[in-house]
Amino acid sequence: MGSANLPIKEIGEGPLVRPGETFHTVTEQVSRVTETAAPKGWWVLFLVALSWTGIFGVAVSWLLWQGVGAWGNNSPVYWGWDITNFVWWIGIGHAGTLISAVLFLFRQKWRTSINRFSEAMTIFAVICALIFPGIHVGRIWIAYFMLPLPNQMSIWPNFKSPLIWDVFAVSTYFTVSLLFWFVGLVPDFATLRDRAKNFSARQKVYGALALGWHGSNRHWQNYERAYLILAALSTPLVLSVHSVVSFDFATSLVPGWHTTIFPPYFVAGAVFSGFAMVMTLILVARVAYGVRSIVTMKHLELMNKIMLVTGSLVGYAYGMEFFIAWYSGSKYELFVFINRATGPYAWAYWTMIACNVISPQLFWSKKLRTSIPLMFVISIVINVGMWFERFVIIATSLHRDFLPSSWGYFRPTVVDICTYAGTLGVFFTFFLLFIRWVPMIAIAEIKGVLPEADPHAGHDHDTHHEGAAEPALAPGE
Amino acid sequence: MANAAKEALKRASDSDIDGKKPALYLAEYETPGACMHAAEKLRDAGYTAFDTHTPFPVHGMDRAMGLPDSKLGWIVFVCGLTGTTAAFVMIWWMNAVDYPIIIGGKPPLSIPSMIPIMFELTVLLSAFGAVFGMFGLNKLPRHHHPLFESENFKKFSDDRFFVSVEAHDPKFRLDKTKELLLGTHPASVELVHDEEVAT
Repeated sequence: MGSANLPIKEIGEGPLVRPGETFHTVTEQVSRVTETAAPKGWWVLFLVALSWTGIFGVAVSWLLWQGVGAWGNNSPVYWGWDITNFVWWIGIGHAGTLISAVLFLFRQKWRTSINRFSEAMTIFAVICALIFPGIHVGRIWIAYFMLPLPNQMSIWPNFKSPLIWDVFAVSTYFTVSLLFWFVGLVPDFATLRDRAKNFSARQKVYGALALGWHGSNRHWQNYERAYLILAALSTPLVLSVHSVVSFDFATSLVPGWHTTIFPPYFVAGAVFSGFAMVMTLILVARVAYGVRSIVTMKHLELMNKIMLVTGSLVGYAYGMEFFIAWYSGSKYELFVFINRATGPYAWAYWTMIACNVISPQLFWSKKLRTSIPLMFVISIVINVGMWFERFVIIATSLHRDFLPSSWGYFRPTVVDICTYAGTLGVFFTFFLLFIRWVPMIAIAEIKGVLPEADPHAGHDHDTHHEGAAEPALAPGE
Repeated sequence: MANAAKEALKRASDSDIDGKKPALYLAEYETPGACMHAAEKLRDAGYTAFDTHTPFPVHGMDRAMGLPDSKLGWIVFVCGLTGTTAAFVMIWWMNAVDYPIIIGGKPPLSIPSMIPIMFELTVLLSAFGAVFGMFGLNKLPRHHHPLFESENFKKFSDDRFFVSVEAHDPKFRLDKTKELLLGTHPASVELVHDEEVAT
């Protein structure tokens, strides 16, 4: 019937894993990582990450002992690295939800190779993010005042404040991400349980985590519905979280913050940095654990395309902020932006532009987009750039107050630096433990996208269909 | 195929004698298609207490088994509405009744500022509904099941596809059911016993 009947090509079409993989090889490849002894490199990285976690412990203890004066925050820069780090970490988490929820809703099956990985990243990034609002309040022992709990003072939170919206948004985000992650893990824990020796500790631990999963179709039916609903819930949730984070800024009257472009601009930046972090991590894991046939160049290339899109969106937002600063006719607004590009923080501003706007543009070239060393470097550059974006927004808007007599300059202290470096240690400690003990690729989902997963893939079964079952549609039929 | 299946069946029948109660028949298949075909046969033969066990969700299996649609959506809907209402009532009572705060001249009951938290709580409770509702409908966690008595069954989480027919199915007969399962060309058929001895 001619070419009109060829199936419509979609993004990511073609074999999603390298040909030659079967159900069993997928199980083997992924489970093996948790079943064999950790390679030496893992121990080296783990000890490094653990020692950085130690630095974090010392920095936070010192902060709690001394008070937030140990940080470089001053008047007029009341927010410094604490909020920069918070927004940065939250942003990194977003790619995980985006991959697991948004791409799921859009039926982008290529996500299955990387979703487990990025969901884990989300959870650990959000843990790191939550630390900062927790410790920046000064008297951390009454941080529970942020929650609507009855207390001896009979006071309630002010629900008109975006800061309380943030508490709800981020804690909901964390809880939903954790549930989403765990639901996806249950069938894979069952795989690990069934591969463990009878009566071994592995069998008991994974058995408890698998909740007695036995792959029943009656269960899969509810499971798939739950997964779909969670994806549908997470999609607006992930957009709302970074929008709410941006409200912390946008509802203030500080020039440079009080803009309606903030919610979409923050979300785009979050996705941008999140994908960059997934890329950094997956490139390392891919080499270390030899899962190249599951996480193929196609996956990496598609992720680079998303970084190109979101990087361009972020670049557009930078330009639009400048335009509106001029177009609004507000001299304070215009001053902030000219000062960003030429003032004392110009070095940070131009670092941001170079990292976030210019570097992803290299991905227009297919050759560069598929070069692993280059994408590794760019993914790190993007994360640095996105950290600077948050820093630029916070520090440059605050350090020039309305009155020149109260102008200031923010310099981080050792405690600032150690706390930030320490959260990286916390993040990587969690992440390395995850890689070691949890299937880092969604085994059940990968099997579902293999060609032989199609019940009509066999040769002779199609003709035996009876009752309400529909016959398979052969290509071109 | 047939020889292996017959042997497995013979083993199973022999163990009947030691007085254990048969819990279910377990038939093993190598492809999702064969498994689905067996499910269709059982459905058409009028069995109700049967199930398939696969390493991943096989599409079309719900129809092959004749299952009605999942009820989970309703649970989530009710949970979501509860979240919206709870957030509204909480904010209204806390900020307008029990401890009125006037900020920036906004009224005590300022609906626009309530929307973010109403949204977040709707999502939170819906997610609880989806996850715990799913586990509730599936009657999980359940760490004991006669299926786990079969060593062979462990392959379900790797690359094999199983059909189980529970002994309490009104249509279940040791010989008839076995015959029906053998007719679906399984890789093996096994009669699984519950661990308790029948009295």
